[in-house]
Amino acid sequence: MAINSDVLVIGGGLAAVTAAVSAAREGADVRLVSHKASTLRQASGLIDALGYVPATEPAKPLRDGPPTAGRELDRDEWPDPEGPLADPFEGIERLPESHPYQVVGADALRDGLALFDDLAGDAYRGGHTDRNALVPTFGGAVKPTARYPAAAEAGLASDERPMLIVGFRSLTEYDARAFAGRLEAAGVPFDVAGAEVEFAEAFRADAKITRLAKALDHDEDIDGVPAREALAKAVAPHLHDVVDADGGVDRVERVGFPAFLGDDRGDEVRAELADRLGADVFEVPMGPPSLPGLRLEDRLFDALDAEGVRFETGNPVVGVESASDGRVEAVAVDRKGRTAPYGADAFVLATGGLVGKGLDSDREGVREPVFDLYVDQPDDRYEWFVDDAFGDQPYARFGVRPDERCRPTDADGEAQYENVFAAGGVVGGADAAREKSASGVSLATGLAAGRQAATEASQ
Amino acid sequence: MTRDTADDGDGGDANGTTEPSGGRGGGRGRAGCGNCGCGEPSPGVPEAGRDEQPSIFVPDEGEVPDDGAGAAADPAGAAERAATDGGVESASGGSDSTELDPDAYDPVDVFPGGDLDLREGADSCYKCTSCDTSCPVAEVDDEFPGPKFQGPEQWRLKRKDDHDIDESITSCSNCMRCDDACPSGVPLSQMHNEARGQFVERQMEKLSMEYIRNRILANYRTSASLASMFPRTASFAMNFGPARWAMEKVMGIPKERDFPEFATETFREWWKARGGAQVENPDKRVAYFHGCYSNYNTPEVGKAMVRVYEHFGYEVMVPPQKCSGTPMFANGMLKDARRHAETNVENLVEAIGEGADVIASCTSCSMSLRQEYPELFDLHGIEDLAEHTFEALEYLRIHEDLEGELDAAGGLDDERAFAYHAPCHARNQGLSRQAVETFRDVDGVRMEDVGDSCSGISGTYGWKEEKYEKSMEIGAEMFEHMEDAEGEVGMTECPTCAMQMEHGTGYEIEHPLQLLEDALGA
Repeated sequence: MAINSDVLVIGGGLAAVTAAVSAAREGADVRLVSHKASTLRQASGLIDALGYVPATEPAKPLRDGPPTAGRELDRDEWPDPEGPLADPFEGIERLPESHPYQVVGADALRDGLALFDDLAGDAYRGGHTDRNALVPTFGGAVKPTARYPAAAEAGLASDERPMLIVGFRSLTEYDARAFAGRLEAAGVPFDVAGAEVEFAEAFRADAKITRLAKALDHDEDIDGVPAREALAKAVAPHLHDVVDADGGVDRVERVGFPAFLGDDRGDEVRAELADRLGADVFEVPMGPPSLPGLRLEDRLFDALDAEGVRFETGNPVVGVESASDGRVEAVAVDRKGRTAPYGADAFVLATGGLVGKGLDSDREGVREPVFDLYVDQPDDRYEWFVDDAFGDQPYARFGVRPDERCRPTDADGEAQYENVFAAGGVVGGADAAREKSASGVSLATGLAAGRQAATEASQ
Repeated sequence: MTRDTADDGDGGDANGTTEPSGGRGGGRGRAGCGNCGCGEPSPGVPEAGRDEQPSIFVPDEGEVPDDGAGAAADPAGAAERAATDGGVESASGGSDSTELDPDAYDPVDVFPGGDLDLREGADSCYKCTSCDTSCPVAEVDDEFPGPKFQGPEQWRLKRKDDHDIDESITSCSNCMRCDDACPSGVPLSQMHNEARGQFVERQMEKLSMEYIRNRILANYRTSASLASMFPRTASFAMNFGPARWAMEKVMGIPKERDFPEFATETFREWWKARGGAQVENPDKRVAYFHGCYSNYNTPEVGKAMVRVYEHFGYEVMVPPQKCSGTPMFANGMLKDARRHAETNVENLVEAIGEGADVIASCTSCSMSLRQEYPELFDLHGIEDLAEHTFEALEYLRIHEDLEGELDAAGGLDDERAFAYHAPCHARNQGLSRQAVETFRDVDGVRMEDVGDSCSGISGTYGWKEEKYEKSMEIGAEMFEHMEDAEGEVGMTECPTCAMQMEHGTGYEIEHPLQLLEDALGA
């Protein structure tokens, strides 16, 4: 006997959650299965849509020649991507035709962002405009992004108020002074300084980010001083560190911290620090471990619950259990050695790309392991990449190729199964890293696939 | 089919000296599939390569007959051999040792260069630190360097002979959340179990009070089986003030905790008095792994399991069994765990041979049988056991129309509200939402998931004086959410989570099977 639902969503990231909620809102009974805890906890928490339009042709044509040996003689070089874009929607028509945005349409992105705004509520900003915001990320890069956590709001690069970036010696991957230097070099329209302060030193050198967040959440005593007060005291001497172009000293109006200012009570922690410092406080989104990612995961999974979606994590979907007449009837879920069939009228595949293991690869080729869907790829492995590391890498666009209903197609462009839809990183055609489009592609394809799956299930 | 009621696994002949039978079991249950290669799993008969999975715990040559290793290399001949790789004499003589006398245990080197090669697992780690982010201990204890260190990093360090295992491994509570978090398939908990086993075996002072305390905590079944002989006296004595003070001072068992009460009639006593199974059905059989807690402390959970399964027409078997090993893994007592595993594997594989699937009502027991057993031990049939083991509610959700049946039963007469906590080990089996989803549409039941935090007790972790504060700190979030929830009764599948929930909120805690029994009128 199979475990049944109208729609079964496979995956646990942004695309899967979006597909599940949009299918549920169309009235379908939805179940979501995810192999591991959501990959949202590795994500920065920023929701990008389209920041750059990268070139799809090299700067100068390659000379003809044998592919491998010839390459060394004639290295390809690629022009810089166009951007940062002020308006992500404006760039869509300049993307390749096979790009998911071109396939599902700009309206899917617009609706996907609207759905996100609804789910994220007051925890996110940016929904008031179509335009990209410029958010500094750790390392000093400025990322064009469509939505950003409220905790990052005071750090926007378009804001002209002087800024202090705070760092900690024990957080080696986050160098506040280098960060500030890079922002200045990028030509931001404000004065900025970085300062390393004594606070995290109260903890053991390899204490975890979550440990610091928890201590601030609960305002634990650190050597007799409550954690939030201790942190504010450590930062206070640096509030005048910013020197403007004329050599004058400004009092900073906003202070940026690595994103560990509390977990469940982040708003409270930020508010108290702002109050004590007399300046706005913001968090700088970081790589994993990512508190903003964890917070987003919590919020989205609560939303799943509220929408009546059933979900489970811990067991992988390993293949098709039964299929007939071009339709999948059930997939096999591996429950610690024994598989159980999960049946549905429609399936959404949202298992991620090469990193998320929605695509599997070895020297022989690239495969989609759940439904064994067609993945378009050059036969010669040397054609998977180009020489310029920042060029248009073919492997970056690997994935299943959806039709206009988000159904993965075979080599002839025909839907492989009538009732299988795909969303997110497993969908090919986007170069998300260069475009800064990963979240937007997940939202747009997630929304479209979820709706299509619900429609399919209702027939 | 009730032949097994008399023996709960303590008898001498259940310890691996009995004539093996699991290997021939296929002929008795689902007949015909023993060796025909038809694809149907043949219980007790390993398929080619199935028993070849390297396991961590490799007894040294003095302990295991030479053919122990040979069996793996020769699957074709395996059917003629013992059902377990048995004959392994444990240092204590093969039964539960009641005197935990360190002198009775020869400190033997159990890792004679036969370490499981976890290289591939270590190499799969790309240091995203998702495991550290998910670790409930690292969140409250900055002395704990987190699962990434304890797993792949420590594994690399100890490739060098002169590297001791870092003592902080004993702070890992074995909640296994890191396994669930890892996007790259690194076998973190397996690495932790290996490191902890090595630490305890090679570096821990066997005469230390900490070792003895951990040993006693890990061998809960031993204390419980003694206590249940005089349940009322034991329940009183264990919680008697001066005695508890002494326990904290001498042993490091926090006096804040109340020992669980012992039932006046154990589950097995009840089962025997009842005359065993009341449904016979060769086509639908389950073997119940009740574990220690349902037997000695909460037999109502075991009774609910039996009644619910009989309601669905299953013949319930209750094979002889010992501890699942969960508390032993968490304390690095791999030898104890293996000894118990031998009995469990042998008897449960025999039941599988008779057509049964194995059902546990405790999610840590099912976790142990499904994942830790095949990861840690190389016992004949252990993979079959892993494949045939399910949690009680999970099995019904797969094989029965549970929701339809609940719907037809019409729900509860009096409305009840529950605050449900999913145990960490349920999470790893994909079961964290099953109770909430099963009862969501049942009339008269309101159930709220109190969130994904860890309860903090992690079996024996919260029973150690030096860990008590941390344990309560980890649990604080769950307590808060329980208080916020509408229900005044807690619900969970895990007995030690239940202890923690009760300890932190004063709520009465039930198991989903008890609610299922009520809702079905079973």
